[in-house]
Amino acid sequence: MIRRSVAVAAAKLTGGLSRRLGFGGGTALPGLVAERIDPEIVSDMAAQLGRGSVLVTGTNGKTTTARLLRGILRSSGLSPVANSAGSNMMRGIAAALAESATWTGDIRQRDRRIGVFEVDEATLPQAVSALRPRAIVFTNLFRDQLDRYGEVEYVGGIWRETIDGLDAKVTVILNADDPSLAALGRRAGLRTLFFGLEDESLAIEKLEHAADARWCSICGRELSYSAIYYGHLGHWRCEGCDTSRPGVEVGITSIETFPEALSLTVSLPNDQTAQFKLPLSGLYNAYNALAAAAAASALGATNHDIERGLRHASATFGRQERLTIEGRDVEVILAKNPAGLNEVLRTITNNGRSENIVFFLNDDIADGRDISWIWDVDFELLSGSLKNVTVSGIRAWDMALRLKYAGFDTFDRVELDTERALRKALTETPEGEPLIVVPTYTAMLDVREMLARWAGKKAFWQED
Amino acid sequence: MAKKLRVAHLYPKLMNIYGDRGNILCLKRRCEERGLDFELDELSVGEKLKSDHYDLIFIGGAQDVDQRRVAGDLREVKGDALREAVENGVVVLAVCGGYQLMGRYYRTAEGAELPGVGLLDMWTIHPGEADKRFIGNIVVEWNGGTLVGFENHGGRTYLGDGARPLGKVVYGFGNNGEDAGEGAARAGVFGTYLHGSLLPKNPKFADHVIQAALSRRYEGIELDEIDDRVEEAAHAAAVQLAMGRSII
Repeated sequence: MIRRSVAVAAAKLTGGLSRRLGFGGGTALPGLVAERIDPEIVSDMAAQLGRGSVLVTGTNGKTTTARLLRGILRSSGLSPVANSAGSNMMRGIAAALAESATWTGDIRQRDRRIGVFEVDEATLPQAVSALRPRAIVFTNLFRDQLDRYGEVEYVGGIWRETIDGLDAKVTVILNADDPSLAALGRRAGLRTLFFGLEDESLAIEKLEHAADARWCSICGRELSYSAIYYGHLGHWRCEGCDTSRPGVEVGITSIETFPEALSLTVSLPNDQTAQFKLPLSGLYNAYNALAAAAAASALGATNHDIERGLRHASATFGRQERLTIEGRDVEVILAKNPAGLNEVLRTITNNGRSENIVFFLNDDIADGRDISWIWDVDFELLSGSLKNVTVSGIRAWDMALRLKYAGFDTFDRVELDTERALRKALTETPEGEPLIVVPTYTAMLDVREMLARWAGKKAFWQED
Repeated sequence: MAKKLRVAHLYPKLMNIYGDRGNILCLKRRCEERGLDFELDELSVGEKLKSDHYDLIFIGGAQDVDQRRVAGDLREVKGDALREAVENGVVVLAVCGGYQLMGRYYRTAEGAELPGVGLLDMWTIHPGEADKRFIGNIVVEWNGGTLVGFENHGGRTYLGDGARPLGKVVYGFGNNGEDAGEGAARAGVFGTYLHGSLLPKNPKFADHVIQAALSRRYEGIELDEIDDRVEEAAHAAAVQLAMGRSII
């Protein structure tokens, strides 16, 4: 008990100090300090959350899904505790719990508190044993940062082990459109809830190069698809053993796309539907909203809460990543892996927003040291629309070379310095046109801070 | 009639984990820029390989689970034709998991032995998941210059007397982290752990492979110079990053 309060106090001090000294949001270091002092800090504090916890993991969409889910839960009267800045290892979760407690380590208003934590794929086993969640959301499994995890198979394997050890009361919320996640739901006696896209009119024609899970997990035969949405997500079946995409309890029955928004019709359990407009674009965001709705439904939120919550949560959403600077509409989109970036490129191209782009490719540990994934991205989608391209980041020349292969003359388009690259891209973007900024994770932290400064806004960790 | 490079890409769906598509894009681009035609056939599990048609056969890397499927297909369907092709002077480029399968055998982390096609006198042993994976940027001395890329492998490869390393490790791990050897080569067969992708950023090596492949049907062929400014800059930057970081 004393140990816990010392740990929490130390975490709070570290976080405050780190922010004041300008080291950034102080989202991980305080947790590290707290964990050092009290290794049981996460399970101790989590036990105080009256409404338990829900975890969100997967390759893409963790942050957005968790954020939308928080919005829904808030509108149903709960007060979520969350690692909202995307620090998703144990230390980030410890920091979030410490932040939500008093200096003596007590969480107030316990009966309204619920943990909503996004969890790094490889951290899931530790997070599950420390937090004992009520529900786990799996968004998707794509190839990402192979140098850290070794292989995609490895992540699939530790998830399977985690699920095998789950208590029967835990609800596992799975993306039915992802064959490797559907396979996770086959454990006997597991409480599952599947979500997926039902509207086949949004399918793209063929599998992208980024597709990973294309073989049946039971008989090994190549899967066939009647619709593919992105990467390997779609309506799949195996002709060999007759396994197919499971039926979904929460699905999107129709989507209307606008340049900067999606209008979604979501089917919910008990034959109800919810309709709302999401001020975000891209099918991947439709999936995020769907995952959040499915999780909220599993946690007992009413359909009314979900509809209202998503509307409300999303109303303030775009603000974080879109800024107006010197008459240009600047949008920052994180690039993490081939499937995600392909979807981003498709979305900005379809929306006529792909004329001015600046790419930042870093290869620090948080970005993934191996940048070979850029060769699996279809930058060719941009040919015909991209006019002004600027290339920066630690591995700028690798990106310049990849873009050369997509038909862009990039020899004079490399600017290694982040600020100068951003400035150059901004200056060359005609007034009134959008500038799309596509950084990898570590570059994003610098880029956001710079842009926020130029736009006169608060830095990201100060917003909700 | 324009000269043509005929390429077979083996198991493009199964063996494509580390941006291996970039190698194919590179071969195509470097041919087309020189007015050479480029023909590509993708051959999956179960499809037969013609032993006298292609100039170059490429095989990329994979996850362990896919590698087992490929090993089976190489044994039962394509292995004989592949060995015959090399006899006929066809060039083979094998990267990472594909490289491992070109040897005598690959012993997996679980101790299972996957037979290789035996084109290179080498064998690979995975010491188990508890041992360190060789992951990171790698720089190799090759042909008076350098090769640069990224390696990510658990298996340790050892060479017999019938093969020589493709190059010498300057930074990174290479075949086994012990003898400074990287990759393996013999007449017409190149194996390497480098991806990243390998060929786009190593234009001299790419041309070396293209020229060797074309020489089978066009004796004495020379390749025209092309604009490699971005390629050379990317190569130099990658070498510098790997070496610069190694000092820390």
